[in-house]
Order: sequence, then structure tokens, then C-alpha cells
Amino acid sequence: MTQQTLEPLVEVENLRVEFDVRAGVVKAVDGLNMTIYRGRTLGVIGESGCGKSVTARAILNMIPKPGKITSGEIRYHRQAKHLRGENGHSTKTDVVTINELHPDGEVIRQIRGGEIGMIFQEPMSSLTPVYTAGTHIGEAVSLHRLSATKKVGDQIAANVAAARKVDRDEAREIAIEMLRKVGIPKPTERVDNYPHQLSGGQRQRVMIAVALSTEPSMLIADEPTTALDVSIEAQILDIMRELQGSVNMAIMFITHNLGVVANMAHEIVVMYMGKAVERATVSDLFYNPKHPYTQSLLKSIPRLGEKKTGERLASISGMVPDPFNLPTGCVFHPRCPAVMMGKCDKIAPSWTKVGEDHWVSCLLYEEVGA
Amino acid sequence: MLNFIVRRLLYAVLMIVVISFVSFVIIKLPPGDFLTQKLAQLRARGDRSAESQIETYRLRYGLDRPFLEQYTTWAVNFIQGDFGESFEYERPVRDLLGERVTMTIILGVATLVVVWALAIPLGVFSAVKQYSLGDQIITTLSFVGIGMPGFLLALLILYYAITVLNIEATGLFSAEYVEAPWSVGRVLDLLNHLWIPSLISAITGVGGLTRIMRGNLLDTLGQPFVEAARARGLTNTGVIWKHAVRIAINPLIVILGSEAIPGIIGGTGLVAVVLNLPTIFPLYIDSLRKLDMYMAGTCIVLIAMLTLVGNLLADLMLAWVDPRIRLE
Amino acid sequence: MAVAQQTLTVPKKKAQVSQSYWSLVWWKFRRNRVALFGGVILAVLYFSMGIVPEFVSPYLLERASNYTEAAPQQVHLFDESGAFRGPFVYGLERQIDTVKRTRVFVEDKAKIWPLGLFVQGDSYQLLGVIPTNIHLFGVVSDDPDAQFFIMGTDARGRDWFTRIIYGGRLSLLIGLLGQLMLLFFGTILGVASGYYGGAVDQVIQRSTEFLGAIPEIPLFMALAAAIPAFWSPIAVYFMLTLILSFVRWGGLARQVRGLILSLREREYVLAAKSAGASDARIMFRHLLPGTMSHVIVIATLAIPGMILAETALSWLGLGLRPPLTSWGVLLQDAATVRAIHTTPWELWTVPFILLTVLAYNMLGDGLRDALDPYGGR
Repeated sequence: MTQQTLEPLVEVENLRVEFDVRAGVVKAVDGLNMTIYRGRTLGVIGESGCGKSVTARAILNMIPKPGKITSGEIRYHRQAKHLRGENGHSTKTDVVTINELHPDGEVIRQIRGGEIGMIFQEPMSSLTPVYTAGTHIGEAVSLHRLSATKKVGDQIAANVAAARKVDRDEAREIAIEMLRKVGIPKPTERVDNYPHQLSGGQRQRVMIAVALSTEPSMLIADEPTTALDVSIEAQILDIMRELQGSVNMAIMFITHNLGVVANMAHEIVVMYMGKAVERATVSDLFYNPKHPYTQSLLKSIPRLGEKKTGERLASISGMVPDPFNLPTGCVFHPRCPAVMMGKCDKIAPSWTKVGEDHWVSCLLYEEVGA
Repeated sequence: MLNFIVRRLLYAVLMIVVISFVSFVIIKLPPGDFLTQKLAQLRARGDRSAESQIETYRLRYGLDRPFLEQYTTWAVNFIQGDFGESFEYERPVRDLLGERVTMTIILGVATLVVVWALAIPLGVFSAVKQYSLGDQIITTLSFVGIGMPGFLLALLILYYAITVLNIEATGLFSAEYVEAPWSVGRVLDLLNHLWIPSLISAITGVGGLTRIMRGNLLDTLGQPFVEAARARGLTNTGVIWKHAVRIAINPLIVILGSEAIPGIIGGTGLVAVVLNLPTIFPLYIDSLRKLDMYMAGTCIVLIAMLTLVGNLLADLMLAWVDPRIRLE
Repeated sequence: MAVAQQTLTVPKKKAQVSQSYWSLVWWKFRRNRVALFGGVILAVLYFSMGIVPEFVSPYLLERASNYTEAAPQQVHLFDESGAFRGPFVYGLERQIDTVKRTRVFVEDKAKIWPLGLFVQGDSYQLLGVIPTNIHLFGVVSDDPDAQFFIMGTDARGRDWFTRIIYGGRLSLLIGLLGQLMLLFFGTILGVASGYYGGAVDQVIQRSTEFLGAIPEIPLFMALAAAIPAFWSPIAVYFMLTLILSFVRWGGLARQVRGLILSLREREYVLAAKSAGASDARIMFRHLLPGTMSHVIVIATLAIPGMILAETALSWLGLGLRPPLTSWGVLLQDAATVRAIHTTPWELWTVPFILLTVLAYNMLGDGLRDALDPYGGR
């Protein structure tokens, strides 16, 4: 298998996001490192509250108050075609530091929706109830897509992409086309439907259509199929994979469902309490998990035929710790089946390489002084 | 859609008929009637022919006929535009009402416009900048507004006008325009005088509506589609106005129909009594006190009609604004 | 692998406080200073005007005097020579105001009437049983002419402050009573309507809808005007309260109905039904408590409306009439153009009304926030 050169698209380095609430400060994301590569899917798994959704929003600089990025960097490698005013043929890439952008500024707004799209968990409540599917797509398109115009009499019209915003008829055409691409039957009718007239699966397809209508280089999918039936889920995942292939789009796929992520991702990052605990390719993670948390997660998936009747399901002992009272040392140690008391409760592990493209944050794999 | 309108109109007509009947009943409830009062008055003045005068009146107004007959006569005439005659003034009700109906509508509409023009922006600001100094000021003022009923405020302003400014406040026109025919000058004069009673009547409404807008918007801002809109790259203003406010405003339109319009009609009514404005209400109160049957009945029906029309318009607006209702 | 011990390094937490719904409500309410403030004001008003008006006011209600239409007396601390005398007022003497051509009362610096707290005055029976003659404040003097009219007098020489206090009793109580009646009937109607559905629902809904179509203010004006003039004042009072609440049953019934409809399908109702609970029991023991919090808020916030309605009605002459005294009746005297010219201090009634309304709104708003203890900050 040829290993293509992987181009980083979004690099998250040592990200810390804190929420200042009345009872104290919650470290939603606590020193996270991860990279999303162009054209590849990164799966992010973890329990509720582990910080995966916050990370997604951090990438778009959309963290709701009272949250703030307190340290670290998010670097986005912006491709030339998105740089306005530039000659469309250059291959220059520009690195934008997202966390330094003004949250309501021009640059981040170009990026949001235009270059990095996002789809959400609840398709019903993620679409504005009084706007049609077409209006949603039209809004995205008129914000971000430009159509080339040829200036009459312009000698170098072919090379200069004079941009003007898409007009209403064009937007509608694009909308219908997008709906067709995501597999919605009768798109010319559906484009004028309101969200409550569509089924759950259709709404999620509309969301995908909206996100993809601007031809972004990355899609952040925050639990996109959690609220859908299993059969619809399968269809949606198919569409996402297909579209990814056709436009070479990166996907950051957030979920807590191991089965889904196995299907979709090239690499997987496992998060716990705001930190990444393991990162590996899909096959490595599933066949050779290193971190005890990952191992426990995989063990807790019930498999048909494997267990004798009467045997209890495996689960991870203990509970997610109180965010205001985090354990010392390794955050996972109170629940860890392989805990080494004396070490794990005192020293925090660091990111260690344990194989080709396989990293763990666990003292079992680190050489540390006693 | 048309179906909807026709149905509502028919319903409204039915309502009016029922209301007119019920009001007639209510007006007839107090023992005795206008004429018994008048009889007492005449007697008190020592008028010897009191009884025979009263008999003449009684016959003239048909007050000796059975109740149902009185009602139907009046109702049938009403539809033809004859609202009966006022006992007190001995002139056709229609003449006495004259322009008052128009004025009532104008005042009501003006108040409505003022309320909304103020409440929406204040409410939005208050929600977006929650807990800021501006929000706290607006919230406090809203409370004051809610607690300040129009007619009491009108009283205080009247007090101020009389004692401090030494003017006999108001009416809706300056002296020279009161009876004049419509002209540009008259319109301007009206606008000049209109804003005070409108503002007074609007204060309670603004207070209440601002709070409701604020509350609704706060709820809406937490909804996923707002975040989704922001994730598509809309400006903050775009997210707030095109998505959040657009949704948050729907319950307000419902309130418009069910509470705001009747409230405004009643509220402006009381203010009109205080400031002696040429609207229906002062005449209505008077007719109630004097048991001036046809006048009172006509007034109630007219007021009810205005309310029903207002309701209908509000419902229509809601259907236009919210497709979910439309498609039911 | 050995299963790790549950050695949490978390320090022992304080003992858990009760987290029941009502304790959360109370706790959240306590933190809302505005609401508490409103509650305190209302408590003071209801206590002073509702329960011990005779004590709080310096005079008895019907005590007329010769000091008709006297302006409020100014409280002084220092006399003309600059000596400190404690709080006092000067005597009043009659003069003719040549400009206004009326009789006015001006300060007679020759007479000094000291003021005090807990003074002796007219006799009355505290709470209806205890005979006493102590008043909260008043003049302390042997001079039988000594008077302290803190808010002036009316055309019959009655102390206006006293009239406000006594008037407050009726106004405040009408608000409360009317609301309780409203609550009672409206809730029952709403619960029945929501629970039974079908014909019962239709009938109730149609009739309340019809009533709702008639604009409120004109409706109860017409109804109030229908109260025969010769009925005794008490009868008029009750009839008025009934009318005020009757007009509004519909609104409350409709809201309760809505709540019931949403609760009716919940599992706990089905569970009760399958356990054999009777309709009445389900309605009152299961559904009603779920609506309670909303109903309380709606009711509290509607009381000022009721008070204002009575005020408006009485002021227009369609509600209470003398000898009954309510704030609306006081406004009858105070709100004429002539009165504003000659006795403007009678408008002191208005701030009291406004204060009551404001306090209720603060309280109601706080209740609303508190009754949703899981929302908000």
C-alpha cells in the first residue's frame, strides 16, 4: 500500500480550554495534541464530558461563554484557493493560528462554513425551523461561494477569477444539486421543505448538504448519527465516505460509538477528561490497544457468542471524576485496572510513541524514575 | 390559507352577534333603566308632568316592548348602520360616535407601533448583553414599566401639566383642528398630539414585552440551530437577528393577538378617560353610568369588533411568519 | 490484572444538603434579592393595612375635622429660633387665599405640636378584640386641636393618610381574594378540561373562548355597572370580586389545561391508572401538583392586574362606592381636575398603588425564576 504524504490540515498543540463557572474552573480540555490530515478521517472517541465537542468548537473558535482557550495553539493550513484575492493557481499555503483570531472577525467567518464545515448531533434542532432546506444551503453558498465572471472584453479573463457572490437562482440550483448528491429523492421538491417536513435522516442529509455546499477542506462531524436509527445511520455514513472521496475532504468524526468510528476513520484519538490518551490507526487501535482505558472500552462492547451465558458484561469500574476534584497524577488512575500505585497517582504521564503512528499517554510505557 | 381566513371571519361574525346579545342582556340587568333615573331627576326638579314625559319617552324608545323584540329591532338596525338613539343626548348614537371610532383605531395602532418599536430592540439588547449594566438598567426600567399602569401614569402627567406647566392637558387636536375636515395640517396636528397618549399607554406594554423578548431570546440563543448558524460563518448580528430573533419573536406574535391587543384597547381606553380624548371609551363609560342602553350596547359591540379584528390580524401575521403553523 | 482499589484521593465532602425540589426552590428564591425585597414590602403592606390599619394610621377612618382640604403638614426639627425641639408640626390656622379664592390652612408658628411614636389617640379594637388606643405615630399634646396630617386632608377634613391605609385594606384584599377564587375555579375547570377531554373539554373551552373574545375591561365595566345600586356595600364588594375573577377564569383554565394535556400522557399517570386510582385521585394527587409551580407564578403575577382593575372600576364610579374605601374610591376624589388644583396631595394614593404592583411583580418574577431551579445561572 502506498503511503501518500500526509499533509497536516489542522494541528492542535497543547490546547487548554477552561470554563469559569461559579463552583470553580473546569478544565474541559487539558493539554490536547492532535493532527488532522488533509483528506483523511480522524475519529475522536470518548465518554460524555471528555472534551471532544469543546475541541471541535475550539477549532472554529466558537467556544460558548464562559469558556476560553487559555493556552496552546490551533494551526490551520489554509489552502490557496480559499485565499481571496489570490491568483487561483498558486499552491501556496498559509498557516492561520485560529485561537488568535477575533471570534467575530472576517477571517474566522470565512473559515467557518466556508473552509471548515460542521455538522451537529441533533439534526432537528440544528436547522432553523422557519427556513427551508434550500434557504439554509443558499445562505451558506452566498456567504462563501463565489462564481467566476468573465469581464466583457477582458483579455486575461480566463486566468483572473473575478469574483462575485452567487445570486439567488444560482444558489437554488446549487441547493438542488447538493440535495441530489446527498441522496435525497425529489430534490426539486425537497428544497422548499421546512425541517419539520423532513424525516430525521433527511434532515441530517440536508445538514451535510449545507456543510458541503461550500466545498470545505474539512468537515467536523459532532456525533452526527447518534440521534438516528441504525439503518439511517449506515446510509449517512456511506454518503459521508463517498463525498469525502470525491472532494478529498478531511473529516473529524466525533462519537462515542466504537462501531461507527471503526467504519469511518483512518486514525483514532481516544480522549479522557480533556486529554488524549491514545492515538493510532484504526487497525492498530482495535487489534493492539495499549492504554488501559482503550482496552476497557473495547472490552465493554458485548460480542455475540463470545461470552458464556450468565457472565456479566465488562465495564469500567468507578465513575468519571468530579471536574473540580481531579485525581492527582494520571487522571485515569482511580479506575485503571493496571494501576501502579505509588507511580500513577503521583506522576502525570506524557505522550509516548509505542509504534509506527501509535502514541499513548500511560506510565506503563514510559520510563520514569520511581 | 384563504380557507383559514374565511373560517375566522365567519367565526368572528358569530362572536359579534353573540356578544351583542350578551351585552344587551348585561345592560338590561340593573333594575330600572335610564328612564327611572330620569324620572327621579325630573321629580327632584319638581317637574309635574314628569310621569307623562317619561311615558312618551318610553313609547318612543320602545322600552315597553318585550326584551327580545327590543334586541332584534336594535340588531337589525345596527347592521343597516342605525345604532339607535342615545337617551342622554337625544341624538343618534352614530352621530355622537362620529370620528371616535377612527380615533380609537389610530390611537390603538400608534400605541402598538410604539410598544413594538421600543420593546424589540431593548429586549434583544438585554438578552445579548445579559447581566451587563445596560441589561440591568433595562430590566429595572421594565419592572417599573410593568408596574406603571397607563391611566395612573396619565394621572401623574395630568397632575404635572396642571400644577407645574399650568395647562389643561390634552385632547388629540388643537382647538382649531377639532371639528375641521381632514387635511395635511390636521394630520400633522394629530401626530403632534398623539405621541403623548401613545407613549403613556405604551409604557406598560414596553416593560412587559421587553422582558418577554429577553426571556425568549435567551432561551433561543441556547438552541443548537443558533450555534449551527454561527458555524456557517454568519456574523454575530446575522446569527442573532436572522436566526435567533426570527424564532424568538413567534411567541410574541401569539401574545400580540391574545393579550396585547385587548390590553391596548382597554389601556388606551382608560388613558383616554383621564386625558379626555375623543375615542370610544369615555363615551362608553358615561353610557354605562347612565344606563344609556343603545349607546352602551353599540360601544361594546364596536370595541369587541376592534378586538376581534386585531386578533385576526395577529393570527394572520403568525401564520405568515411561522411556516409550522401555516401547514397545520 | 488485579482490579484497582477504589482509593479515591478526593477529600471527604461536606454532608449533602437536602436536594428536594422545594428546598431547591426556596434556596434559589432566597438568593434573589429583588424578589425578597418585593416579598418584604408586600408583607409590610398587608400587615399594616390588612391586619392593623387602626394602629398604623393616626386617626380613625371616619374622623372628620374642621381642617378641610388642608395641605400636608411639614415636619420640623428646629423652631424659629433655631432650637432643636425634636420632630414637631406647627399649628394650623385658617386663611383665605385671595388668588385661588379658597380657604387654606397655613402654619401658625405660635402653636407647636410635638410628634411621637406609639402615641395615644382614638380608641379602637386591635385585631377586632383587644381594646386599645395606641397609634403608631401622632401628636403628643394636650391641646384638643392638635393634629398631624401627614398627607393632608380631604374635603371633609379626614386625614388622607388614614384613608390610604384603610383603603389599602380593601384594595389589597380584593386582589388576594379575587385571585384565590380565580385560582380555585380556574384550576378545577382547567384540570377537568384537560383531563377528561372530549365533550367536557369542548364545552369549557368554547365558553371560555367566548368570554375571552369580549375585551376584558369593557366586560367587567358592564358587569360592574349591572350591580344594583341598592345592594349593601359588602354585597357589592363580594360581587365585584366575583366579577373580577370570573372574567379571568378562562385564561387560567386554558393555561392549566395546556399543562395538564402535556402531563396527562406521562408515565406516572398511566401507572396510577393501572393501579386503580380513581379519576379524581389522579387529577388532584398526581396531575395538580405538577401544575402547581406554574399556577402559583401565574396567579401571583395576576394579582396586581386585579388590584388595578378594581382601582380603575371604582375610580370610574362603576365599582366600590363610599362609604366603602378603597384606593379606587380615593382616586374618585383625587383624580378630578378640580381636585388636582385644590388638593393635589390626594394623589399620594398613586405611589402606594404603584408600590404594591411593583412589589408583586418583583415577587412573582422571583418565584418564577425560583420554581425553575434547574434553569438559569
